[in-house]
Amino acid sequence: MSSPNCMVTNEWVCGEYLRTRRPELVDAVVQHVGITAASVVIGVLIAFPLALLARHRRAFAGPVLGLTTVLYTIPSLAMFSLLLPLFGLSASLVITGLVLYTLTILVRNFLAGLQAVPDEAREAARGMGYGPVRLLWEVELPLALPAMLAGVRIATVSTVALTTVGAIVDYGGLGTLIMDGLDSDFKAQVLTASVLCVLLAVGADLLLLGLQRWLTPWTRVASGTSRIRRRTDRSGSPDRPGGGSGDTGRREAKAAQAA
Amino acid sequence: MSAISGAYDWLTTGTNWQGDKGVWHRLAEHLYFSGVTLAVSCLIALPLALWLGHIGKGGGLAVNISNAGRAVPTLAVLVLLTLTPLGRHGDLPTFIALVLFAVPPLLTNAYIGMREVDRAVVEAARGMGMSGGQVFRRVELPLAYPMVMTGIRLAAVQVIATATLAAMAGKGGLGRIITAGFNLQDTPQVVAGAVLVALLALLVEGVLAGAGRVLNPMKGRSGAAR
Repeated sequence: MSSPNCMVTNEWVCGEYLRTRRPELVDAVVQHVGITAASVVIGVLIAFPLALLARHRRAFAGPVLGLTTVLYTIPSLAMFSLLLPLFGLSASLVITGLVLYTLTILVRNFLAGLQAVPDEAREAARGMGYGPVRLLWEVELPLALPAMLAGVRIATVSTVALTTVGAIVDYGGLGTLIMDGLDSDFKAQVLTASVLCVLLAVGADLLLLGLQRWLTPWTRVASGTSRIRRRTDRSGSPDRPGGGSGDTGRREAKAAQAA
Repeated sequence: MSAISGAYDWLTTGTNWQGDKGVWHRLAEHLYFSGVTLAVSCLIALPLALWLGHIGKGGGLAVNISNAGRAVPTLAVLVLLTLTPLGRHGDLPTFIALVLFAVPPLLTNAYIGMREVDRAVVEAARGMGMSGGQVFRRVELPLAYPMVMTGIRLAAVQVIATATLAAMAGKGGLGRIITAGFNLQDTPQVVAGAVLVALLALLVEGVLAGAGRVLNPMKGRSGAAR
């Protein structure tokens, strides 16, 4: 057992801190999860139509991808600052900034996933009399799902880490505890909050991985399907040398798909 | 809108650019943090990634490191290191936190770039009697070059963006203009600082993209890089 006065001696690991400050920690975790979840959900809701638009109208693809890439180069601290005049000091300020960041990863992965659907599958469905909506929901979406969810996982993990920067406006979840700990030189608080933050990211990633496996049972059985899909992906999707972060995102998605 | 015009006024006021807290000084600090970080990260990541790509091992490792890298909150690392004895060594925590942040994208892109080189080309080079080192220098490296450069550009932009966080832990850099603006509740200054960082990130992205094109070993050859 740690000594009861480890909060006085300011040790890194302190059981007393965990016991006495539990409500504070729970509040921070709840805020952190809330901000992250809201950002990713809103991001998905915006990114999906954008990806569909970029796929159907080629003229939109360039500007949509370009704009979301530019957004990603804006530093998080600066992003929250730039939105300050619009939202004031509020949680919606942090969420808006984080949503803009998720768009870079999500739009690219959604688009890559949709483009990786084999043309034969599309043609076959059309031949069977599928309309565009039914084609999208029943053929394209299920086939694109692994790549799309891989994008959601990457976006979620980086959003959990980025949420901490929201501490600048006091809506950083665990980041707020970290900054308070820095100001008061309170080591146990900084370490505990940092560890919780990493655990949250890992936990969210595993949860989404589970969701992905549950939603796509066929990928576990037929490893042959994914091999075909990967080959079409390589030859079929346009490679953008100026792609920035999305390139790695898409490649990671590809790698995650292969795993 | 008043914040925008206020920011413009702030940026066009000469006194804001001079002195220890002025833009020029903060910009120099920022470039110093970013430049050293990028150089150190490249020295760590590129040889390892290129070698692993050459021998064709460690693919899972590269992807996993990249994913884990995204999960680590740079702010938390920075604050943790600042509170350890390392924190007494001035800028060392900033460098360590930023290097940890920059290594994953460099490693992943360089490795994947090497692995995406057409195996048939590598086989042909070997068949012509090239040694491992020759294949690496004359075939794999030139063909992997675009991906490696993409990784460096990505890392550079992200490091410049993330170096602003140093200010939240009380270190220097352009982020200080933002955090000082927050403390003074001076929104125009906050916006001005944000604009400066964003412009710097875009400028560096442009410069590196241009440099990458000029230095491309496959430049001017027909059927270059895939």
